[in-house]
Amino acid sequence: MAMFLIRRIGHGLLVLWLISIAVFGLFFVAPSNVAQTLAGRQATPETIALIKHRLGLDLPVWKQYLHFLGNALKGNLGYDYYHQVPVTKIIAQALPITVSLALGAAVLWLLLGVFNGVISATHPRTLADRGLTLFALFFYSFPSFLLGLLLLYFLYFRLTLAGFNWFPAGGYAPIVDGVGPWFQHLVLPWVALALLLAATYTRLTRGSMLDVLGEDYIRTARSKGIRESRVVVVHGLRSALTPVVTQFGIDLGQLVGGVVVIETVFSLPGLGQTAVVAINQQDLPVIIGIVLFASAAVVVANILVDIGYAVLDPRVRLH
Amino acid sequence: MSTAIEMVDVLDEPKAIEGRSPFVLAVHRLRKDKVAMISLVVILLIVLMAIFAPVFTAITGHPPNEQYRDIGLTPDGLPRGPNGTFWLGTDDLGRDILVRIAYGARVSLLVGVAATAITVVIGVVLGLAAGFLGGITDTVLARLIDVVLSVPFLLVAIALVSVTGPSLTVTVLVIGFFSWASVARIVRGQVLSLREREFVEAARSLGAGNTRIMFVDILPNVIAPVIVYTTLLIPVVIVTQATLSFLGLGLPPPTADWGGMISASQNYYTTAWWFIMFPGLALLITTLAFNLFGDGVRDAFDPRSDRS
Repeated sequence: MAMFLIRRIGHGLLVLWLISIAVFGLFFVAPSNVAQTLAGRQATPETIALIKHRLGLDLPVWKQYLHFLGNALKGNLGYDYYHQVPVTKIIAQALPITVSLALGAAVLWLLLGVFNGVISATHPRTLADRGLTLFALFFYSFPSFLLGLLLLYFLYFRLTLAGFNWFPAGGYAPIVDGVGPWFQHLVLPWVALALLLAATYTRLTRGSMLDVLGEDYIRTARSKGIRESRVVVVHGLRSALTPVVTQFGIDLGQLVGGVVVIETVFSLPGLGQTAVVAINQQDLPVIIGIVLFASAAVVVANILVDIGYAVLDPRVRLH
Repeated sequence: MSTAIEMVDVLDEPKAIEGRSPFVLAVHRLRKDKVAMISLVVILLIVLMAIFAPVFTAITGHPPNEQYRDIGLTPDGLPRGPNGTFWLGTDDLGRDILVRIAYGARVSLLVGVAATAITVVIGVVLGLAAGFLGGITDTVLARLIDVVLSVPFLLVAIALVSVTGPSLTVTVLVIGFFSWASVARIVRGQVLSLREREFVEAARSLGAGNTRIMFVDILPNVIAPVIVYTTLLIPVVIVTQATLSFLGLGLPPPTADWGGMISASQNYYTTAWWFIMFPGLALLITTLAFNLFGDGVRDAFDPRSDRS
């Protein structure tokens, strides 16, 4: 197990290192006029050169990279170009918003996906099964921005117009300022995200549940006279959830790295929206910091999923 | 009289039993899937709409980029709702939404098909190479797959497009570049077990080289999962393209594309519901049709599919 862990973490670090090179190369080689932007329209070439020097942009790319890597290993991802705020601080400010969004949505989509999946699997090829599959595919087919905008249209605009001021148009209210407003601001983004992702879980649960329900030990449980609901939930669901847990880890890792579109539609200043703003301003340290952080989230989630898998299924460790 | 002779003919020559390949069987199963067939018809209609987009201009008399600032906008300068002249209403610049939806279908389908094709070709070739050649090739490609799958795709895509400037080619290349890894991983996994099979050994003992074994002997065996993945990838690609457009990184204006139309409608949804609803509906119907069809393809090609 220790060897497995070490190898897995080694792979993860290698992947992150390669991503840092790729991302750094990509953005620093690309033409940029950030010094020009910062200096203002009437800046002399001397001012621009000075700014470039101050930002370290006059050094060769490989030197800039080594500098960046050295700092990054010490936990310093650099400073943003416009206000000299540490990138780590920018990430730390945006992260709670993205995490609130991802975790709340996760609860919803897990409940929705697993529940629907179990219903589908216990009633295969019935109207309920078809209906739930169609329901899941319908929302799966939605582009996230369209679903977000439609939720805003019907549940914010139309409802407010009808006199029900239940949901705000967007924005974020920190949880420390009260759970109520925090909840109110996040309900629509949660629902949007959960509906988009539930389909995968419905399908996964349905498939693995159908496999499990065909197993001998389920027949044994039934023949012992255990109630059907108990057979399904306690005996069946327990082992059917393994692929769901795997997928959950992977999805959560990706979401923590930024829910770009939903954050943009609902004006939530999380990691995704922060990155989009940074991209529009060519704020390279922020872009690279967030991209690396997001990749790290995916890598860590994958390692955790593998460990979870190895714990659940000893055969995995051998490979 | 003549029928009797025909019947005798049939009796004289009993029909030979034909061997049917798994592919033919899968297509047969697919054709019996009503939902998949209806979806396919919808897809074909959208394709026809894209091809014959100029017909919409001919019928309505409205070119896609023509701004009717006089008859297409209210006196306050707001979009006009559906009426006899503009069947699905107008957008913020007084352009005909129906005509623009028809032209927008071209962008969605073109990107959907082109980017998917690039993705699948790269993914299959690299997946075959990694799985079959093994050794250092596999080690390098496997890490590369890990890297591409770990990168936050949309963020990097946005960043890339903002650097290069938006265009059809850039969109297709960016999507293809970040999507091949999933295909490669699927193919690699399959090939890892296939290459140990006897028919590979047989081919090798007949003197076949690596390239021949990979593409002639192994490739047909991985084609089913690739077909399934491809049909399900098209709607994902269409959504990605629309998302890039929505974020302002689609095609440069005034080209009509659905994501861009929906993006422009954001400031008007309180006054002009048709502006977001019709392009949104076009996009949703398209992705839904592809997903339902893909779902049918998956059921048809997977013999242990849970629905058969």
